[in-house]
Amino acid sequence: MPEAPLHAAAHATGPAPAYVTAAHAHQFDDPGQQHEAGNLGMWVFLATEVMFFGGLFAGYSIYRSLYLTAFEAGSRLLDVRLGATNTAVLIGSSLTMALAVRSAQLGRRKALVLFLLLTIALGSVFLGVKGYEYYHKFENHLVPGIDFIYDQPNAPQVELFLCFYFFMTALHAVHMIIGIGILATLAFMGWRGRFSPGYYSPVEASGLYWHFVDIVWIFLFPLLYLIGGRY
Amino acid sequence: MSVIPAEQLIDKRVHYLNESYGVKSWLFTKDHKRIGLLYLASITFMFFIGGAAAVLMRLHLIEPQGALVEPETYNKLFTMHGVIMVFFFLIPSIPAVLGNFLVPMMIGARDLAFPKLNLLSWYLYMVGALLTLSAIIAGGVDTGWTFYTPYSSVYANTHVMAVAIGVFINGFSSILTGLNFVVTIHKMRAPGLTWFRLPLFIWAMYATSIIFLLGTPVLAITLVLLGLERLLHVGIFDPKLGGDPLLFQHLFWFYSHPAVYIMILPGMGVVSEIIACFSRKRIFGYGLVAFSSMAIAAISFLVWGHHMFVTGQSIYAGLIFSALSFMVAIPSAIKVFNWTATLYRGSISYDAPMLYALGFIGLFTMGGLTGMFLASLATDVHLNGTYFIVAHFHYIMVGGAVMAYLGGIHFWWPKISGRMYSDGWARFAAFVIFIGFNLTFFPQFMLGYLGMPRRYAFYPAEFQVLNVMSTAGASILGIGYLIPLVYLAYSLRYGPVAPANPWGARGLEWRTSSPPVTENFEETPIVTAEAYAYDEGREPVA
Repeated sequence: MPEAPLHAAAHATGPAPAYVTAAHAHQFDDPGQQHEAGNLGMWVFLATEVMFFGGLFAGYSIYRSLYLTAFEAGSRLLDVRLGATNTAVLIGSSLTMALAVRSAQLGRRKALVLFLLLTIALGSVFLGVKGYEYYHKFENHLVPGIDFIYDQPNAPQVELFLCFYFFMTALHAVHMIIGIGILATLAFMGWRGRFSPGYYSPVEASGLYWHFVDIVWIFLFPLLYLIGGRY
Repeated sequence: MSVIPAEQLIDKRVHYLNESYGVKSWLFTKDHKRIGLLYLASITFMFFIGGAAAVLMRLHLIEPQGALVEPETYNKLFTMHGVIMVFFFLIPSIPAVLGNFLVPMMIGARDLAFPKLNLLSWYLYMVGALLTLSAIIAGGVDTGWTFYTPYSSVYANTHVMAVAIGVFINGFSSILTGLNFVVTIHKMRAPGLTWFRLPLFIWAMYATSIIFLLGTPVLAITLVLLGLERLLHVGIFDPKLGGDPLLFQHLFWFYSHPAVYIMILPGMGVVSEIIACFSRKRIFGYGLVAFSSMAIAAISFLVWGHHMFVTGQSIYAGLIFSALSFMVAIPSAIKVFNWTATLYRGSISYDAPMLYALGFIGLFTMGGLTGMFLASLATDVHLNGTYFIVAHFHYIMVGGAVMAYLGGIHFWWPKISGRMYSDGWARFAAFVIFIGFNLTFFPQFMLGYLGMPRRYAFYPAEFQVLNVMSTAGASILGIGYLIPLVYLAYSLRYGPVAPANPWGARGLEWRTSSPPVTENFEETPIVTAEAYAYDEGREPVA
């Protein structure tokens, strides 16, 4: 039974559920199995990503507990308004991403492409704001290792905070850039009509990735911008 | 064992080895079996490079003042040996070769869930390996395989970056392999193949994959931080700039201790298969053996601090890490006792794979028990940084993991190649390896206990006798490893054609032809019993 290709059987008996008629790769028994495998694969990949960022979060936590004052002073060097704006932009992009997945499930081609493009646009706004923040750090000589001038107390520890700020946000930005590349590919494929209610796994899996990258930011924002005790 | 001489049977059947020819059909293959063979060729190459470094080290240590190389070169040799053997041989060995070949076949699937990712993981391995090799040719690296900071990030003026990047890239190869295995085992089992009918090799692969997935990313980010510190001169691990070198050690061992179980868990899986098959008995305590793999994977993440007893971590942390390290002994001992109980009253036959498996049990037990010495805080203070440690982990990694790897290669060689090798030569090689191994590493336990530190290019003259014994053993061991290379290669062309199931084993992989067809089974098997139904009295499917 598992050897029999389900979609071939379905052709013989007329209309069938959408997933049955879709194509699937040779190693799978049916499109349903392929869909499940793809989704599980993405979840497992995200687990590795949690550990990848986890190493940085662990380092951050240790040094923050060792050098609390310096980390608070470092946090006050960041522009919380820009950080908050970016948080709102990213949460918005999660909404448009969720709507894109829904449109794919319902087979609404134009809506799918529109929401994907909106997500890309919001992601780009985020990266633009981030770039502007980096630019300001360069202007104010606050780039660890390359151009760092800081005449307040605890300069090495403040530099350490900024190290973590740059590494963590840059790693996050790299994930955003990869995400935008994936979404652009999906938008192109969606425009060409490659997705249907029977085949939308790539959209769903990419959506999971995008939401994960957003969640990383939800942790980064308070840890980096809000610990200064200003409010 | 029935075999048909090669000349009597001209193999016209199409299988995965002859369905297409040419370099391209291998370099662009998405067949898990062919990718397994690509890995087999590459890791065998790396094994002999790493082995050559070890031979040079042992030859150098034949005299107290050092016989062969400059101390700087010696430092590079042990670093090269460690990096290549750990990251480019032991970690990928059983999972990437045998796991790739066997996981889909053992669960009755046509391929892994993501064949393209599988091929990508081999390319990542090759990029990492070539980068590391080129760094070695360009002058080498002298930090030791552990890359401890601040030496690696500030002071070493060797090719640290290239090797770190090579190891980093290779890490993603492990991650993709682990991801593929987890998804495949969850979603692609044949009808009737429930979790508790799975071969124990699959349980071991599953546990190993979990460590790949949760451990490797931490090593990756640690190496990124090391690289950034070295490039930008920032102070994440540098105490002069506010950083803490202990953080590097914590992050490094958070991966690298579980990595030890990446090396040994697959070996335990292989041995479970071999012991059951050649005892003609159901494996004793199937559930416990399966769960002990998962327990080892879980506990492995909680013991890394035992590498840092003398580095200045808190004594309370040391106490807890010591207690947790002792806990690993429980699931490990469960396995050893269950294998022994499987042997009890079995109809044992001593084919070559079985000799390797029995060697594994003995050597692994030695390695495990000496690990208890090192998990105890007080004895560890005495033994830390000596040859006792070197001997201990070689008993696990070479006596354990490599013996199991060779046992697995011999067990599944008829399936992989479709040919039988010479059983006499194979048993002889197993014997030579066992003797050579013990002669190399047992004296090192004594050397370490007497206080000879590791990683030095010279030593006090009173240690010479034991060092000469160790060097003599290493020569025997080196020859022992070359013998299988010869007779296995010979069997490819001149060996008798193997039947589908030469050992009368019960696993699914033996139900298909040798070598298997491209999609493994003519027809997806339906499973009605567990993989060890040896005592049901029915004839094995030939």
